Amino acid sequence: MEAGARAERPLGGSLPAWALGLIPLALIAAAIAIFAALGGPGLGERTGPPLEEVSIEQTVLRPGQIELTLRNDGPDAVEVAQVAVNDAYAPFAAEGGREIGRLGSTTLRIDYPWIEGEALEIFVLTSAGGTVEASVSVAAETPEDDVGFFALMGLLGIYVGIIPVSLGMLWLPFLRRLGPAWMGALIAFTVGLLAFLAIDAGLEGLELAAEAPAAFGGTTLVYLGGLVAYLALAGIDSYLTQRSRRQKSAGAGAAYLALLVAIGIGLHNLGEGLAIGSAYAGGALALGAFLVVGFAIHNTTEGLAIVAPLRDGPRPGFGRLLGLGLIAGAPAILGAWIGAAAFDPSLGAFLFGLGVGAIARVIVQISPAMRDSDGRLLYPASAAAMLAGIAALYLTGLLVAV
Amino acid sequence: MDRNPVLDVSNFAAVSKNAEKGISRRRLLGGAALAAPAVAGLALTRGGDSAVAEPATPSGSRHAGHSEFPHATFAAGRSVDHAANGFHPTELLRDFDHGRTRRLASGRVLREWEIVAQDREIEVAPGVRYEAWTYNGRVPGPTLRAREGELLRIRFLNASEHPHTLHFHGLHSALMDGMPGIGDNRGGGQIEPGESFTYEFDAAPFGLHLYHCHVAPLAAHIARGLYGAFVIDPKAGRPEADEMVMVMNGFDTNFDRANEVYAVNTVGFHYVEEPIAVGRDEPVRIYLVNVLEYDPVNSFHIHGNFFNYFPTGTSLQPSEFTDTVIQGQAQRGILELKFPYDGDYMFHAHVSEFAELGWSGFFRVGDPSRLTAAAAASMYCELPWGKGRPA
Repeated sequence: MEAGARAERPLGGSLPAWALGLIPLALIAAAIAIFAALGGPGLGERTGPPLEEVSIEQTVLRPGQIELTLRNDGPDAVEVAQVAVNDAYAPFAAEGGREIGRLGSTTLRIDYPWIEGEALEIFVLTSAGGTVEASVSVAAETPEDDVGFFALMGLLGIYVGIIPVSLGMLWLPFLRRLGPAWMGALIAFTVGLLAFLAIDAGLEGLELAAEAPAAFGGTTLVYLGGLVAYLALAGIDSYLTQRSRRQKSAGAGAAYLALLVAIGIGLHNLGEGLAIGSAYAGGALALGAFLVVGFAIHNTTEGLAIVAPLRDGPRPGFGRLLGLGLIAGAPAILGAWIGAAAFDPSLGAFLFGLGVGAIARVIVQISPAMRDSDGRLLYPASAAAMLAGIAALYLTGLLVAV
Repeated sequence: MDRNPVLDVSNFAAVSKNAEKGISRRRLLGGAALAAPAVAGLALTRGGDSAVAEPATPSGSRHAGHSEFPHATFAAGRSVDHAANGFHPTELLRDFDHGRTRRLASGRVLREWEIVAQDREIEVAPGVRYEAWTYNGRVPGPTLRAREGELLRIRFLNASEHPHTLHFHGLHSALMDGMPGIGDNRGGGQIEPGESFTYEFDAAPFGLHLYHCHVAPLAAHIARGLYGAFVIDPKAGRPEADEMVMVMNGFDTNFDRANEVYAVNTVGFHYVEEPIAVGRDEPVRIYLVNVLEYDPVNSFHIHGNFFNYFPTGTSLQPSEFTDTVIQGQAQRGILELKFPYDGDYMFHAHVSEFAELGWSGFFRVGDPSRLTAAAAASMYCELPWGKGRPA
């Protein structure tokens, strides 16, 4: 018995808890310091030449000049020695210096009389003789990112985000006339739409991440983004559910589901806006009325998805509907600004991941509402409605692609 | 999407390599814009759709900032460290290695050289280092110069970490061919690190030849820098002239079997930075050798002038009076010309891609009395019957 009592004596004796937390940290720091001071004892010299991994983050075309932003993605410092454009060495200045440390970046301003409409192949020759290649398939001057440009991006975000989503929400009166039996099918339709968006955003994020510096995580960022959004929404959800249970307000369930759908779509549109903004900033995107019309039709279905849960419950006010439209559509504007001002493939991949996670959470959240009287999730009508939702986005997507 | 080339994904690459393939929605956007080119109100683009609406025009008027770019060049503000390289292209140009000579009992002249293969890092363009394999620490190797009919003896020591040989273009027996697998049992063939071998053969035929390593992988061994010019003067010699050697070469710095840097005598754009001084109306003779690996042809073109061309230098009669000559790998020839006017005259590969990747230079033509001391000193006394005259 006495032995048992002795065993219960806390390890570490009478030291306070904070000291017990700090001791391992201090030991780790000391071990690292000794290891570094001794130059990594036992590891020997590195074998092989230094690895050079550099990615091109941005290419900007100005009259008679090409700006190339490089990021060192590898373990060793890289020194830019020369630059050739279309198989001709060209003079250049390095804004951040020729030497790029690990994860550092520099911008090269290359003097080259590029010709509009032609392709450009650029190679950067490092001091070790390695090459980093960049290409521009159709050379065109990059728009200046001045106030007018940001206004344009804002307008674009309104056109492809807020307006179509809001228009889609105008189906609400129609939905409210439908009988209660339609509710499950409507939610299923929304789930189908969301599933399409999740897959679309996930694939775009992965494609983008494949081009992003591996040192920042690459494709991992997409999955992390997904996890972050899912867990964050789940946390917010449990908090709100707790509160609404206390308030016991009628109809909160329907309004709440609509809000969730709007948030999920909003995060998706953030990624979309980013893509549009960065493409336009790089001169890769030509805007046209036809394009905006196509987007309106494509994204109108997103509005339908938001109001589907509102078929039941009290009639929502205009302000609430407008709020939902803004939550779902306005992130497109923000995305376009971010994309145009500071496009970064790693950030893009993470944002697309956020969209996927958010949508996944929303699907989990609203799916129970499509159960039929037997409590089934999948039954002929729900399956058909989900397929219809997927088909709607696929087909309107084709319309944009025409 | 393949039907219309401008609809291709590659149309939308201007943001960056990253973004090019990254975002499918942008392809959709671009496609839509093409189907209905930008309309007023949204036609705010300056780039994308004009590129589509007006395909590339070759007219110079669409060049932007052309005056800033007179010709391709390396970035300003730094030069190759020739001292660290251990050789200087300007000096190498008129540097003929006549070896040591002595008269044999038979009355014949024996000419001897010693060549050492060494691994050495060199700078082939400002700031660009290359792990070269060299003969006597320089690229190209020494320009060996003999006279027709002499007995030549070249002691080769391999101080490199890799096996090498000396393979001469000329008339000789199989054992002296520097070919791995031939004569291995007699000390010849492939010469392993630390080993040596003495090549011996007659100087024939007269003309301009070359030597290089013949160890496999052949392209890699040559491209690394193991080559040099080999001049055999005719018995009666050639008329006096300002003579120079130009070995057209290139460097595959990232080892992808395509050259990043092109040059004559190794350092890209060197003779742009330091034009070759020549005297007005003075005869100039250029020994031109092409050792360029990975590209099928090379060429030499001169501005404002014409030259007599002697392919392989094996005939004393020129084959052509021209301003441009094409050479495949290991082809070589002698150029004879005079510059009638003062001024700077470019010479470069008329494979323009090579010219803009380093293979360009200038002749600076002036009064012979005002030429640089180095050029004047080397102009007439470097002939084979000068310094190397048998006792």
